[in-house]
Amino acid sequence: MKNTVFLGTLTVAGLCAAAASAATLDDVKARGNLNCGVTTGLTGFAAPDANGVWEGFDVDVCRAVAAAIFGDKNAVQFVPTTGETRFTALSSGEIDLLARNTTWTMSRDTDLSFDFIGVNYYDGQGFMVPKNLGVTSAKDLDGATVCIQTGTTTELNLADYFRANNISYEPVPIQTNAEAQQQYLAGACDVYTTDASGLAATRATFEAPADHVLLPEIISKEPLGPLVRHGDNEWGDLTMWVLNALIAAEELGITSANIADMSAAPTNNPEVNRILGTEGELGAMIGLENDWAKNAIMAGGNYGEIFERNIGENTPIGLARGLNAQWTEGGLLYAPPFR
Amino acid sequence: MSSISDSPRGSGFHLSQLIYDTRYRSMTIQVVTFLLVVLAIWQLGSNLLANLANLGQEPDFGFLDSRAGYDIGSGFGTSIIGYTSASTHIDAAFVGILNTLLVAFLGIVLATIIGVIAGVLRLSKNWLVSRLMAVYVEAFRNVPLLLWIVLIYAVMTESTPQPRAFRVDEAGIADAYMVFDAIAITNRGVYLPGPIWGPNSGILIAVFIASVIGALVYRRYAKKLLFDTGRLLPMVWPAIVIAFLPVILLFFVLGRPVGLDYPVLGGFNFSGGMQISNPLVALWLALSLYTGAFITEIVRAGILSVSKGQSEASEALGMRANRTMSLIILPQAMRVIIPPLTSQYLNLTKNSSLAIAVGYPDVRATLGGITLNQTGRALECMLLLGLFYLALSLIISFVMNVFNNSMKLQER
Repeated sequence: MKNTVFLGTLTVAGLCAAAASAATLDDVKARGNLNCGVTTGLTGFAAPDANGVWEGFDVDVCRAVAAAIFGDKNAVQFVPTTGETRFTALSSGEIDLLARNTTWTMSRDTDLSFDFIGVNYYDGQGFMVPKNLGVTSAKDLDGATVCIQTGTTTELNLADYFRANNISYEPVPIQTNAEAQQQYLAGACDVYTTDASGLAATRATFEAPADHVLLPEIISKEPLGPLVRHGDNEWGDLTMWVLNALIAAEELGITSANIADMSAAPTNNPEVNRILGTEGELGAMIGLENDWAKNAIMAGGNYGEIFERNIGENTPIGLARGLNAQWTEGGLLYAPPFR
Repeated sequence: MSSISDSPRGSGFHLSQLIYDTRYRSMTIQVVTFLLVVLAIWQLGSNLLANLANLGQEPDFGFLDSRAGYDIGSGFGTSIIGYTSASTHIDAAFVGILNTLLVAFLGIVLATIIGVIAGVLRLSKNWLVSRLMAVYVEAFRNVPLLLWIVLIYAVMTESTPQPRAFRVDEAGIADAYMVFDAIAITNRGVYLPGPIWGPNSGILIAVFIASVIGALVYRRYAKKLLFDTGRLLPMVWPAIVIAFLPVILLFFVLGRPVGLDYPVLGGFNFSGGMQISNPLVALWLALSLYTGAFITEIVRAGILSVSKGQSEASEALGMRANRTMSLIILPQAMRVIIPPLTSQYLNLTKNSSLAIAVGYPDVRATLGGITLNQTGRALECMLLLGLFYLALSLIISFVMNVFNNSMKLQER
C-alpha cells in the first residue's frame, strides 16, 4: 500500500515536471520573471555596473524579451554562465533563454537540441597581442603561447587554423574572460584569441588599450545569437520575433524617442502599426498582449540604439557596425516581414 | 520479550507474522528497504533516460572515436600519447588521465615527505619550530584548496619574468638572465637542459640500474652484519659511491654518450630542453602542501600513540634521538598512520580534478571539460570520469591495504 502511494507520488511528480517543461512561456509567466543566461562578465555585452545592475548588448536582448512578456524590462533574473556551464544550464531548464555571445553551429542546433532564434551579432575570431611584440599577422605566431576560453568554438577554430597554416602553438585553457585577461596581462600568454568583439571589449577595460593590437586575420565565421531549448516552438517563436522586432524597428525608424508618439495612434505605415499593435492582432499569435513589441523596443531602444549604447563607436569598446548594419546599409541584418 | 518471539505451536505461517514476529520482522524491514532503494534508483534512472530520450540524447559513447579537433598543451600526457588536434576524443581522455596520474603521483610523494617531516617537527621541543609547524598546518587545512592553487599559481606567474624578458637588446642587456646559462625560470614554466641520448647511452643506463641494486645489496649486507655481530658499517657514503661512481667513470670512458640539450629562446618561448610548466608546479605544490597539512596531524597522532616507555627504553639503551625516531617510534606509529593516510591519498588524487583552475590539462579538463563541451555528452563524460576516479581510488586503496598488512604487528 505504502509502496503504491510512494510510486504514485513519484509518477505524478514526474508527469508534472514533464508537463511543466513543455510550455516555457507558462512557466515564465507563473514565475513572474525570465531566467536569462549571460556571460560571467564581458564589458559591453553583459556585465554588472557599479550598482550591480546588469547591462550590455546581450543583456538588452533579455530585457526586451522580459518587457515583451511582462511589460517590465526588469523582470529578468540574470544567471551568469561560463563557456562550460551555459548549455547544461539551458537544457536543464535553469534558464529560459541563453543570450551569451554563443556561436550558432549545426551540432549545437541539432545534436545538443537547442534552437538558435537568430543572430544578434555577426562576429569572427581574432587575435590580440601586445604591440611591443611587433607581430603584424597571425601567421607570425609560430611557437606562441595562446590563451583561449575553453569550451568554445574558438578552441576548435584555433586548432584548425594553426594546423592548416602548419604553425605550432601552446594552448593555455582558461575558463572565463576575466581570468584570460589577467593571464594575458601577466604575460603568461603572448596572444589572446576569442571573438573579435570580445577582444575589443576586453581591450577597452585595459589600463593602456593602445599598447595592444588586434591582428588583421579573422579566422572564422561566428554568428552569435540567443538560443532556447529545442522542442518548445511557441517559446522559440516568441523570442525570435522579439529579436526581429528590435531589428525591424531600426529599419522602420522606430526609436525609443518616437515610439510613444508612433504607438499613440496608427501611423501611415501599416507595418509599423502591426509591430506596435495599433493594427492587427500579431501579439495574440505568440500568446502575448498586442503591445509586446512596443514594450520590447521601449526597454532599450531598437537594435541600432542597443548597439550604439553598449558597444558602438562612441563607447570605449568602439565597434563599427560592419556586418551588423541593416541590409539596406550593406550589412547582414534582415528581419522578415511583420505580417 | 519471550512471549512475543514464541509463535503459537501447531498453527501454520500467517502473513502477519512478517510484521509481528521478531524472527521475521528484521528480515521484512531489510527486504522492504532494499526494494524501496532499488525502486528509487530505477525510477531515477528511467526518468533520466526518458528525459534524455525526449531531448533526443540517448546515451551513446560513439563520440569517443570521433576527431577531437582541439589542442592540449604540451607536457607529459601529450608527448606519450602523441596527441594532436587530429586525434580522437578517447586519446584526449588518455592524455588527461596520464596528466592526472602524474600530478597525483608527484603530489602523493611530496605530501608524504612534507607530512612526515612537519609531523615530527610539530612535536619538537623547540618552541619556534613546533609553533611554525602549527601555523603551517592551520593555514593550509583551514583555507579551501582551490584558493591555494590559484594563489600559488598567481604568485608564480606574477613574480617571475616573461620569456621575452630574457631577450638581449642592442646594448647587450636583458631584463632577466638564465641561471648558470642553463635554467630559465619564466612565468610559463621552468626550462631545464634535457638529456640527448647518444649511442651507448643504453649501457650507461643499465650500469646505473645495476649500481643502484648494488648499493641496496650493500645496505642489506651492512644491516645483516649489524644484527648478527653488532658491527656497524658506514651506511650512507659507501652506498652513494657504489651507486654513482661506476656511472660517472663509464660516462667518460664511453666518451660522453649523453649530452645536454640547453633551452634556447626562440620567437616567443624557449625551445629545446625540458619544460616543467607552471600550472603543473602550482597544482603539485598546492596539492602537496594542502594534503601535507592533514598528513602532519596524522603523523603527529601516530607518534603520540606510541607509548612513552618505548622512547625512554631507547634512550636508556643510548640511542640518539633521530635513531629513536626512525627505528623505534615511526615503525610503530605506522600502524596508526597508514589507514588515515590512505584516505588522504585518495583525497589528493580526487582533488587533482581542480587542475582546470590553472589550465593544467588533467582528465577533468579534457574528457570532463573540453570534450564534454564540444560534444555535449555530459552524462557519458561524467560517467566515464566517475569510473576512472573510482578505479584509481580503488587501486590506491588496494595498494595501501597491502602495505598496511605488511606493516601489521607480526605476532609470533
